[in-house]
Amino acid sequence: MRFKILSVIAVAGLVSACAGLGGGAGGAGGNYAPGSQEDLAVNVGDRVHYDFDKYELKQEARYTLQQQAAWLAANEGVTITIEGHADERGTREYNLALGERRAQAAADYLMVLGVSKSRISTVSYGKERPEDPASNETAWAKNRRAVSVVK
Amino acid sequence: MTISYRNFLKLFMLVAVLGILSPGSLRAELKIDITRGVVEPVPLAVTDFFGEGKGEQDFGEKIAGVIAADLERSGLFVPIDKKAFIQTGKSLNVLPRFGDWRLIKAQALVQGHVEMTVDGRLKVEFRLWDVYAEQQMVGLAYFSVPSNWRRVSHIIADAIYERITGEKGYFDTRIVYIAETGPRTRRAKRLAIMDQDGENHRFLTDGTILVLTPRFSPTLQEITYLSYYNDIPRVYIFNIDSGRQERLGDFPNMTFAPRFSPDGKGVIMSMAKDGNSDIYKMDLATRKIVQLTKHSSIDTAPSYSPDGDEIVFESDRSGTQQLYITSSSGGGAKRISFGPSRARYATPVWSPRGDWIAFTRIFGGNTAIGVMRTDGSGERILAQSTPRGDWVEGPTWAPNGRVLMFFRQEPADKQGRGGKTRLFTIDITGHNEREVVSPVDASDPAWSPLNP
Repeated sequence: MRFKILSVIAVAGLVSACAGLGGGAGGAGGNYAPGSQEDLAVNVGDRVHYDFDKYELKQEARYTLQQQAAWLAANEGVTITIEGHADERGTREYNLALGERRAQAAADYLMVLGVSKSRISTVSYGKERPEDPASNETAWAKNRRAVSVVK
Repeated sequence: MTISYRNFLKLFMLVAVLGILSPGSLRAELKIDITRGVVEPVPLAVTDFFGEGKGEQDFGEKIAGVIAADLERSGLFVPIDKKAFIQTGKSLNVLPRFGDWRLIKAQALVQGHVEMTVDGRLKVEFRLWDVYAEQQMVGLAYFSVPSNWRRVSHIIADAIYERITGEKGYFDTRIVYIAETGPRTRRAKRLAIMDQDGENHRFLTDGTILVLTPRFSPTLQEITYLSYYNDIPRVYIFNIDSGRQERLGDFPNMTFAPRFSPDGKGVIMSMAKDGNSDIYKMDLATRKIVQLTKHSSIDTAPSYSPDGDEIVFESDRSGTQQLYITSSSGGGAKRISFGPSRARYATPVWSPRGDWIAFTRIFGGNTAIGVMRTDGSGERILAQSTPRGDWVEGPTWAPNGRVLMFFRQEPADKQGRGGKTRLFTIDITGHNEREVVSPVDASDPAWSPLNP
């Protein structure tokens, strides 16, 4: 339930940031434009995580992607790019291929859940764009991810 | 940068093989066998090349400095401190007094002469002497524009290396690599090029676009690499002379891990399709594409054998990354890496001599650079990660197949500080690891062929 807690904190931070924007239409759980990246990140969850050197979707990842599929169904005009990433413990070319696999695994599941193929593209960044710059297990776990980015 | 690369590449003319001056003797000739493990470096005296005028003397001193530094870095020679020299100046040009050089334990002596010609060119002559046999081993002369004095020096160092070791030199070469700056979460990466000794450095791209894995053309002043132009990762070709960048082919999916074929007429690379990476080759003239592997595994990092007949690549079709060889027209792949269980083998690179395949090995939390024979036998680890937990990756061969370059990346701390990335060379014997100093952090090195 780490995600829930993170979400609450993020909402608290962003609500005050958005207060001056003149009442943008609020989503279910925060004042973000429906269909925006913030809406996806905070109210749904924009990323899933993988085990070391794996691209299979874990239970938690499937749950997040189910929420994403529902969100995409509710926001018909939205298209996304799924960015696949690897941690730094792999060679450069292999990690590019692994990031591609991870992004595709997430995309495939969204399609199984009824999202049109035309609304999803994928890109791999290999080990080039870590979310956490540290060289430890905590950082590596965060960096093995696929992030859905609203286009 | 004072010289353009176009000039850089067409300034040489070997004018003369210098006549033999010495009477000679029957002593065994000075020779280094570099195939042995530890070689006792040969004491060598490189004297300042003689010049009549002040400008010529300056060139003579700088040229001697570059030659001595090249030979020293090879680990096969120990240049003797100039202060110990007994014989100097013009008299050397007549004939060395071998007794004087034996006295300071020099086994080889390099002397030369610099002259500015009336048409403004630099004429550089040198002779290599076997001090104990009292014999000239090689003597050559070169003309060049003065700004090209560094290349002349490297070419002379190559001639000396070749004469004494019997192997081709590798000093008149360049390195293309990825220059890294900025925080680890949004690292700026630029294509950069420099001489093998770190001089004449320049950036080829400005860092606004992520670029990775540059590789030299064996025949042209071109580099193939991966660029994220418009956030779309594809294989590109960069022309060093013109600065022109061209996307290679019009693929619907990510193309990556490119390398030229040995004749320079094709590029081999991976393409990801529906998440799965296979290996393809493209003919550069016709742009025809042939798929070489077809497997649900990750097939990537292909490298041609020097005769172009075979390809070594990595695949995780057995469950982990391992090395495979297949025909360059496709077909069945044969696994060649059989190391300790759980060891992963990656980034194979075929030696330009054809005899070894270099690789990155990941095993038990350590990484290493190693070589194995093309049938997988004779595996040897040359360089490994340190106990500090750094990461080594990405071997590339010097054109003589005797020296490898790779990069080391230090781990970052909890705040993401550190993570310094640097280039190193090591001999195929596993000795003589040296840092290649670069102005900023460096990764993904690729060694050029000998300059044309």
